[in-house]
Amino acid sequence: MADYVVSVGMEVHAELLTQSKMFCRCKVAFGGMPNTRVCPVCIGLPGTLPVPNRAAVEMVLKTALALNCTIAIDSVFHRKNYFYPDLPKGYQVSQYGDTNPIGYDGYLEIPTPEGGTKKIKIRRVHLEEDTGKLMHLPGGGSGVDYNRAGVPLMEIVTEFPPDIESPDDAREYLVQLRSLLVYLGVTDGKMAEGSVRCEPNISIREKGSTQYGTKTELKNLNSFRAVQLGVAFEAKRQAEVLESGGTVRQETRGWNEATESSFLMRTKESEQDYRYFPCPDLIPMHFSEEQIERVRSTIPELPLAKLQRYRADYALSDYDAGLLVADRDWAMFFEEALELGGEAKAICNWMNGDFAKMLNESGQGAMAGGKSHPERKTSLVRPEHLVDLAKLVSDATINGKMAKEIFAEVFDTGKMPSQIVEEKGLRQVTDTGAIASAVAEVLASNGSQVEAYRGGKESLIGFFVGQVMKKTQGRANPQLVQDELKKQLSGD
Amino acid sequence: MITQLTATEINTALRAKKVSVKEVTEAFLKRIENFDEEYGAYLALCPERALAEAEAAQAKIDAGDSGPLVGVPIAHKDNISTQGVETTCASKILQGYVPPYDATVVENCREAGMVLLGKTNLDEFAMGTSGENSALRLTRNPWDTDRVPGGSSAGSAAAVSAELACLATGSDTGGSIRMPASLTGLVGFKPTYGRVSRYGLVAFGSSLDQIGPFAKTVEDCSLFAEAMSGYDRKDSTSLQGSKISSADLKTGSLKGKKIALPRELFTDAIDPGVRESVEIAIDVLTREGVDFHEITLPSINYGVTTYYIIAPAEASSNLAKFDGVRFGSRVESTGHVEGFAATRGKLFGPEVKLRIMVGTYALSAGYYDAYYHRAQQVRGLMAAEFEQAFQEYDCILSPASPVTAFKIGEMVDDPMKLKLLDLCTIPANMGGFPSLSLPSSLAGDLPVGILLTGPVMGDEKLLQTAYNIDRALGRDYRRPPIL
Repeated sequence: MADYVVSVGMEVHAELLTQSKMFCRCKVAFGGMPNTRVCPVCIGLPGTLPVPNRAAVEMVLKTALALNCTIAIDSVFHRKNYFYPDLPKGYQVSQYGDTNPIGYDGYLEIPTPEGGTKKIKIRRVHLEEDTGKLMHLPGGGSGVDYNRAGVPLMEIVTEFPPDIESPDDAREYLVQLRSLLVYLGVTDGKMAEGSVRCEPNISIREKGSTQYGTKTELKNLNSFRAVQLGVAFEAKRQAEVLESGGTVRQETRGWNEATESSFLMRTKESEQDYRYFPCPDLIPMHFSEEQIERVRSTIPELPLAKLQRYRADYALSDYDAGLLVADRDWAMFFEEALELGGEAKAICNWMNGDFAKMLNESGQGAMAGGKSHPERKTSLVRPEHLVDLAKLVSDATINGKMAKEIFAEVFDTGKMPSQIVEEKGLRQVTDTGAIASAVAEVLASNGSQVEAYRGGKESLIGFFVGQVMKKTQGRANPQLVQDELKKQLSGD
Repeated sequence: MITQLTATEINTALRAKKVSVKEVTEAFLKRIENFDEEYGAYLALCPERALAEAEAAQAKIDAGDSGPLVGVPIAHKDNISTQGVETTCASKILQGYVPPYDATVVENCREAGMVLLGKTNLDEFAMGTSGENSALRLTRNPWDTDRVPGGSSAGSAAAVSAELACLATGSDTGGSIRMPASLTGLVGFKPTYGRVSRYGLVAFGSSLDQIGPFAKTVEDCSLFAEAMSGYDRKDSTSLQGSKISSADLKTGSLKGKKIALPRELFTDAIDPGVRESVEIAIDVLTREGVDFHEITLPSINYGVTTYYIIAPAEASSNLAKFDGVRFGSRVESTGHVEGFAATRGKLFGPEVKLRIMVGTYALSAGYYDAYYHRAQQVRGLMAAEFEQAFQEYDCILSPASPVTAFKIGEMVDDPMKLKLLDLCTIPANMGGFPSLSLPSSLAGDLPVGILLTGPVMGDEKLLQTAYNIDRALGRDYRRPPIL
């Protein structure tokens, strides 16, 4: 088989987190009874006119700036004309042209496995409106739900020739992009609910060739994993077509999650003519320097920059830092704990360990920025709890085993760890006299093991530690116990 | 007869308690019942709503409301959305469609105390020059019922002219208010684009469409324009500070007024009778001290061509929503695409289909630059040429229509000739300028209109000039002889 390289162009749609729709005041939400969030404007009744949602425009502007784009000083909305029952007006209000979208000519940096970064060039970031949803009715026939019609939708398209050259790149691009969008607060990022939708264009060519192959477009990718698998599958499928003497056809293919394979949806025999023209119902958007700078100042530290800072300043591993920055609220929790005097590595271990596990199991979310979690039940654990707990461990008030138990209680009750220690008298035993007598008792009652240890079976030290801890109800300082054991075992 | 009064006269009579709003309303409803068969002005009547609005208007009058149009019965063109009253655009595709909301102008008129009698006939989707393109009804000119009333606001012109409504709204995309006003002897006014909200007007050519009044006198016209105008946040193209004021209408003078006469609109394309009527008016006004100057505005010659690219292009997109899915009529078929095709194929009339096809072609890839884009460039040049003229002249005067009302059916075989009749009115839509048709002397037995066009936001001055011209011409409102 010839050596092929894959090229991937990415088209990502993100539903914007606005209160109301793009051109009317209907609420934006997920699900609900069909056609309960509609009005004359968003179902396109005759005579109605669009009024642009300024919040949506600023969200796209913010995203375009975060993606290092050039901002169009004057940007207009176009009509994209086509017929489909889920399209209320017979056209979609969108943005056309190379230098007309709110943002163009930008890039997103993604981390590479070698620890560096790679720039993925962005061709355009523009604003449009979503369509409704065609549904098959249980009693036969079709219906249309227009609840989604007119929801503000941002489209982000990568540049050609594509910088994405592997399934891993494709996945990483989407991971980074989604994370950035969530950081910016412009989308909730829920891929399963379709808040972020990704449609890669995939082509392959022989290594060394400058001629790009025919591309296929892949739809229904609802997770990062699906994107990675989908791109890999398509690249392999296309290679097999070429190897068997066939030609790759330009087509739209769907991803089947269950079989992890793609299937033909439709072939694109010719480009559809959308007859784009400037929407006469809307006046051009003009972005002033002041507005651009004001919006730019609202951009928070972005995930990749954060990751690099965590790595450099706190000596965290890529893995640990990656887990912390994956979610902005989670990173904010971490940073708040550090501000309260927490030690980075310890806080990181608690967060990525027991805390993450328990949140996951209980379906709770961590509070962030002093606010409760927007959707899930907010955990009672606050940054100050972890700071307190880590301190109790570091100053040897409690040992690690005790800390785990205390954390479980903190999680359930929201009590401060030091308060639990006080109430239950859980202070670690550091009195060397008490430890010495406990060690002596254990050694006295385990004569045969002492013999064996002295005969060279040093692994028994663990057994002795366990016995001493048992005797002290787990409260003895394990280091002191070990020291004392070694002293008494060798001392005789 | 109360129905032959002007709006101002009716309002005065109401406030003097000589008559009640209910009586006035019923008088009009009765006249419609008796005579509309003859004129075909209305597509729908809403007597219950009218009587309810009459009651509300009466309460305003009794409470001392001094609004100049309170209690005046009006009609709206049937491409303007009225809550609870069928709105068809004179098309089969919208038959049965009852809007769940009122257009902003409808709200504004109601708030000003006017009483809505019903909805008037039009060329289907406002596409037509003569008024003969309605898919639902034929409207006749009250001056001669064998003749066309002019389009596309045919029913509104006929209703006011035949005294079946005191005032009526129209919409004007390329002359659809001013052409029928000219052919029926009324004052018809297209305000500056953006001064009257388009929210609720079923779009034809969105960048050209503007709602405006039909009235018997300039004063009624100005007051009506004032009532319907104003900034509307529901229309993004609406202008701030757009309320039209009638405060200074009756002031000013014609002495020293500089008015331009574009050579391009005084050619052989204008019927001799029409030219004579306009020239008589020019003579009278010259004696009144008006300073007339012949100028040349060459872009006028490209107006009709340019218009017939831009308007159909926008229409082809605006009319895409009529697919039978959400409202109006539907022709059942198998599959979505087939259903759309069947509905649109069977229920749109021939002129509408023609314009959708022309517009679709003009916007299609490979032709966009040669047609739509080029047309927009010409439009820009045309607007600039007019703006330059307005630097020097107060307004531009010409005939409103090259012809007087012609026989019904006379031009059906010559659609190009018919379209060329919009020559005089189209430039105002291209530049968004205010433009008004004012009756001058008759040509034969038929009305002729003088067209006055002014600069953007110059509506008040234009109306004032029209008022003074009307007085200088020294004529009272002339009713159709049949009445």
